[in-house]
Amino acid sequence: MLMNLFKFKGGVKPPTNKTQSNTLPIAQAPLPSRLIVPLHQSIGGTPRPVVKAGDHVLKGQLIGEADGWISAAVHAPTSGTVLEVAMHVQPHPSGLDAMCVVIEPDGKDEWIAHGTLDYAAMTPEAVREHLQQSGVVGLGGAAFPTHGKLTASKTVPMDELIINGAECEPFITCDDLLMRERAEEVVRGIGIFRDLLQPKKVLIGIEDNKPEAAAAMRAAVDALNEPFLVIQVPTLYPAGGAKQLIRVLTGKEVPAAKRSTDLGVQCFNVATAYTAWRAIAHGEPVVSRLVTVSGNVHAPRNYEVLIGTPMGELLKLAAPNPDTDGIVMGGPMMGFLVPNEQVPVIKATNCLIAHSDRVFPPKAPEMPCIRCGACAEVCPHELQPFEMYWFSRAKNFGKTQEYHIFDCIECGCCSFVCPSRIPLVQYFRFAKSEIWAREREKNAADGAKTRFEFKQLRDEREKAEKAEKLAKVAAAQAAKKAAEAAAAAAAETAAAETGAPGNDSAAPESKAVAEATTLPDATLTTVDAEKEAKRAAIAAAMARAKAQRDAMPAKNTEAVTIEQQRAIDDIEARRAVLAPAAVPGEKTE
Amino acid sequence: MDILLAIAIMALGAVVLGAALGFASVKFKVEGDPLVEKIEGILPQTQCGQCGFPGCKPYAEAIAKGEVDINLCPPGGMEGVQKLADLLGREVKELEAEEKPKQVAIIDENTCIGCTLCIQACPVDAIVGAAKQMHTIIAPLCTGCELCLPPCPVECIRMEAIGENLDNWKWKYPVIEIKTEMRKAAPMMKAA
Repeated sequence: MLMNLFKFKGGVKPPTNKTQSNTLPIAQAPLPSRLIVPLHQSIGGTPRPVVKAGDHVLKGQLIGEADGWISAAVHAPTSGTVLEVAMHVQPHPSGLDAMCVVIEPDGKDEWIAHGTLDYAAMTPEAVREHLQQSGVVGLGGAAFPTHGKLTASKTVPMDELIINGAECEPFITCDDLLMRERAEEVVRGIGIFRDLLQPKKVLIGIEDNKPEAAAAMRAAVDALNEPFLVIQVPTLYPAGGAKQLIRVLTGKEVPAAKRSTDLGVQCFNVATAYTAWRAIAHGEPVVSRLVTVSGNVHAPRNYEVLIGTPMGELLKLAAPNPDTDGIVMGGPMMGFLVPNEQVPVIKATNCLIAHSDRVFPPKAPEMPCIRCGACAEVCPHELQPFEMYWFSRAKNFGKTQEYHIFDCIECGCCSFVCPSRIPLVQYFRFAKSEIWAREREKNAADGAKTRFEFKQLRDEREKAEKAEKLAKVAAAQAAKKAAEAAAAAAAETAAAETGAPGNDSAAPESKAVAEATTLPDATLTTVDAEKEAKRAAIAAAMARAKAQRDAMPAKNTEAVTIEQQRAIDDIEARRAVLAPAAVPGEKTE
Repeated sequence: MDILLAIAIMALGAVVLGAALGFASVKFKVEGDPLVEKIEGILPQTQCGQCGFPGCKPYAEAIAKGEVDINLCPPGGMEGVQKLADLLGREVKELEAEEKPKQVAIIDENTCIGCTLCIQACPVDAIVGAAKQMHTIIAPLCTGCELCLPPCPVECIRMEAIGENLDNWKWKYPVIEIKTEMRKAAPMMKAA
């Protein structure tokens, strides 16, 4: 197929190292001794575990249900017993733990009931929902839930659907082998994406160092009579980056802070298309994937591996050389050394490379930057890595953002060509995560500030309301007092003739009110009477309240069942124990 | 005559410019003190009162007036002191109190008697509960200010440091390798 191809700027040509592993057909990896299935394998919400230790699960049974729309379900990769749902080390550069379901296989590999779905009768929503429930995520490495990418933009017409079979990283051949051996199912999967997105064109991009894969895909496209174009793109790292492949095939450049859908382009990996087809046509969720095992091993090969297989057990199949001192997950350009051999294969694991100093000779020490500009020449995103490096190193993060550090895809081209062997990408990763952390802190501080201000406002409002209420009550009481005083004064004048009986008891009060002594007798007796009246009123109110309380038994204890009564007794017993501790609480309340 | 003309021109200029300045000072009047806002932006908004002021804003105001030192905010840490020093052109000083890792309060729900005292004490409304009902902390909203600890009559609230997890993990500053032995200590360098 002759087609006008475009170019992206920069790129490098590292030794491909693909021939070691792409000569043998795909092999099925045997059942491992146990499977450690992390719940959080894709971008988005962490799936909630739906099994517990001791449960028996079947292959394909749901073990983690999707949390939110951007999240994909997780399934048991084989039948067996759940040993635990616990924290285990993740295949992540941090070496930190995350929640995993650990399954001991029973050896039967027994599938849960599943079958073909009536694809023709399914609505697009139902297909998306089913893909989410089947745990279909982008298998190119980013592991973004696929259903989230299958809704066409409402404003921009869908021009091109790009299928990424470029596989540009050295060593990795799993997509190559998938296209060679399972081209028909890949093409059928692409058909599903086409039906959902309704693009004008479907372009399948494959690097020209994989002629067998391209031929197999062409044959499958012809056999299924689909109008897809299989296009061979020049072998140049990182041609398999989504934005680079879009550029090469369509000439469209995805601007910073925009997504390809805004330009009417969507991109999927070939392996994602394959799993989507398995999910729809066979009802099989994603429980395994193809993994290239290469590097410092005797028998490099591609394996169909259950998700959750410990990497050490998988590596053993390829007979690693004795000087192997680590496992790299992913390719040599973007991969990382995993924390230990026990970490599991996850959906994003496309390749394991046995590490040794022979395969990856240790880098000579870092030297100062000489501003040669080689990094800027190879940057596929047309950034200026040397500038970003200076500012990252100086922790001047505002400046790194001015140089668009967040457009960096961390492809590693700059580190690859740097004559001073500066680990540039390390600096960019450091700067990026530092900026993210600051952003998070800033948001948290802003939130705390608004909540604090609101609380203060509320407290003030409550205080004002209370004061208003009290003022009202005080005013009412003052009016009442005035009326009472008038009445008492009238009574006193009548009683004064026969001698005041309350004078003895009122003596202390009259002392306390120093000025009172100078007042005429009538006023003094008025004060006494007022006090007496108030005291009597308080006593009466207390008596009323007591009577009311005694007259009203607690209503909800009238008709309790035996169990409830027992529970109440229990609680009372506990209360009795806690009573000394609870007393201050009640007092302050 | 020339002198009079010159004086008249100068006077006219003065009147026109004075009017313009007067108009600008009314039209573009800045509400509040912009310096206080800048200082408040640096403070961590934990509202913990460890500085001796009832909240971050009063402390920011006091700093802006030059009444207090800039090293009274332990949650802000030395980084906060550094930023304040840069902003205000003051000297960096060691923190008054000890710097603590970020914490979150946790209520032991079995012991909680539902007295609501901690709810009233929480400056950022991060505790939910009602009288005689169990209370709990909304962890993402908790600033770790410890203001809920003293009022609790049954001492059921404890502080826990927030450890490193996959959500808040950060790439470390690349270490410059001096010896080959050190390469083992920083194995991630090899892969990239």
